[in-house]
Amino acid sequence: MVFPASMAHQNHGSQMLTANRLRDGDVLYRKGDGWVLALAAGDVFADPASADAALAAAQAETVRNEFVAPYLFEVREVKGVIQPVKEREIIRAAGPTVRTDLGKQAGMVNV
Amino acid sequence: MSEVAPNMYRYDEFDARFVAERTAQFKLQVERRLKGELTEDQFKPLRLMNGLYLQLHAYMLRVAVPYGTISSKQMRMLAHIARKYDKGYGHFTTRQNIQYNWPKLVDVPDILSDLASVEMHAIQTSGNCIRNVTADHFAGASADEIEDPRPLAEIIRQWSSLHPEFVFLPRKFKIAVSGAPQDRAALKYHDMAVEIVKNDAGRTGYKVLVGGGMGRTPYIAQVLGEFVEKEDILAFLEAAMRVYNEQGRRDNIYKARIKILTNALGIEEMRRQVQREFAEIKQGGNLQLPQDELDRITAYFAPPNFDTGLPDAIPDAGKDFANWVKTNVHAHRAPGYAIATITLKTPGQVPGDATSAQMETIAELMDTYSVGEVRVTHEQNLVLPHVRKKDLPAIYARLKELDFASANAGLITDIIACPGLDYCDLANARSIPIAQRIALKFADLDRQHEIGELKIKISGCINACGHHHAGHIGILGVDKKGVEFYQLQLGGSGAEDASIGEIMGPGFTEHEIADAVERVVNVYIKTRQPGERFLDTYRRLGMAPFKDAAYEKEAA
Repeated sequence: MVFPASMAHQNHGSQMLTANRLRDGDVLYRKGDGWVLALAAGDVFADPASADAALAAAQAETVRNEFVAPYLFEVREVKGVIQPVKEREIIRAAGPTVRTDLGKQAGMVNV
Repeated sequence: MSEVAPNMYRYDEFDARFVAERTAQFKLQVERRLKGELTEDQFKPLRLMNGLYLQLHAYMLRVAVPYGTISSKQMRMLAHIARKYDKGYGHFTTRQNIQYNWPKLVDVPDILSDLASVEMHAIQTSGNCIRNVTADHFAGASADEIEDPRPLAEIIRQWSSLHPEFVFLPRKFKIAVSGAPQDRAALKYHDMAVEIVKNDAGRTGYKVLVGGGMGRTPYIAQVLGEFVEKEDILAFLEAAMRVYNEQGRRDNIYKARIKILTNALGIEEMRRQVQREFAEIKQGGNLQLPQDELDRITAYFAPPNFDTGLPDAIPDAGKDFANWVKTNVHAHRAPGYAIATITLKTPGQVPGDATSAQMETIAELMDTYSVGEVRVTHEQNLVLPHVRKKDLPAIYARLKELDFASANAGLITDIIACPGLDYCDLANARSIPIAQRIALKFADLDRQHEIGELKIKISGCINACGHHHAGHIGILGVDKKGVEFYQLQLGGSGAEDASIGEIMGPGFTEHEIADAVERVVNVYIKTRQPGERFLDTYRRLGMAPFKDAAYEKEAA
């Protein structure tokens, strides 16, 4: 699902940018001008302007056909660790809660 | 043991060519997408037409299982695909299909090619088209059946596959067929359904229902045609589809299903318009179903050569086995035979999941004991349709090794649950962990059997893939400011006594919901009258006593 850029404005705190890799569907997080597999290694955008700019840049890059469906989501710091605000993104970053042997949580992805 | 070829539809030259061409076409489309010759906006409808979604963690491929019938050869291929291309398991769905949660886009053309080699595909498992036709999972075996619904389901499959008028409908369209008075196919919750009936003269024909559905606006289907002659069925269905295609709303996705149109027009006006269209189609004469074609398709589903002179008694093999027989074995039409349900619902398990190894062992059971055939049920179980009663202890023993021998078919732990937020991009809340918690809470088999028939169905969002509206106890997961909550609904049924569950009130947290269900069940145990199921007691007493109990602890 491609979320419209305006959705960024529904998020009020710090945000991160995510997408799926085209060839295998793997979940990606924005870091610099590229992408990483681990949420912990991704960039956190503290203000809406920088988040919107990152999303706009990513949307423009979809023509490279390396990733699809970029969108922003809200994160917060809990005990010094960045984590998504919504359960949906927590599960997306880790893997199914009912199969902890699968997804990023299983592979200890940290980059 | 060698592979047994069951009596089921086999592709003819047209089917084989059509699937081969479609597989080759999608391979090229994937190549063009990866090269950048197609944008995602251009590619997305193409992949959806081939059952390929992008979900929460990865792509998801939904494979069509027409009317839930799988041969052992196909089951082995499904196991192979899970092992080679996915993460070693598949998920049987409430549409009698199987889906894989982790395929890579680059592998999908090879997966479709492997599927085509066993006469399977993923066409029309997504998109605004007529989806995979479902049927009674006891078809051709049940003792209460008027006629096997699979020949008609196959004819509808052929008629609706890439039908040029119905490729871009206002919304998806689901059809189910049943040939028995006991509704095991949830007919009244379908866009359209066909029930095989006999009229007063003793002639067999079709009762056609329209306008049922779940989702955010649930409706029970109404009778569109009380008795449609066999030769007229395709003309009649096509007439209904034309009325829907022309007048179904395309401006609002939430009002686009035929249930909305049916209720907006009113059933009388719907009937009038369909009859008018039907008369026109019939006059053209192109859509009459010739008896010889019906006979030709029916011949594919001829009953197997049942052994005669078999003992009709089920052997004694202990208490656990007897419990399993009580819930998971059903009456067969042939003496000495039975229908055996394999519930993929061992308490704590993910409902509907099976590993490659489990699928392969089930294929072995199919070949050894059930003429090479299994059925997928809309309740996410599997059915061995034709087993000798004398073989039941051996089947049970093998199922125990697989951890699929729970004696719980139709009981409180035989829970339907959609993939929910653990996998689904649309979900608001998780379903599977709630199913697991409830199943573990009620895992004691004596207690389950004491409670008796009780169907719990859980959906992780209002789209209702977990059929929560039809649950005796339905559970709907919702998101409240990023936190999962679960609403209880009571009194739903997907059977011949279909009803829509009534919402109880405010939701429960994920930690409260299983206890709330237990308090509701306890009210039933205390207040039931002899012979009453949970549903009967609810219908007699209404919501109040159950609601009081469910919120009791929270209020204290």
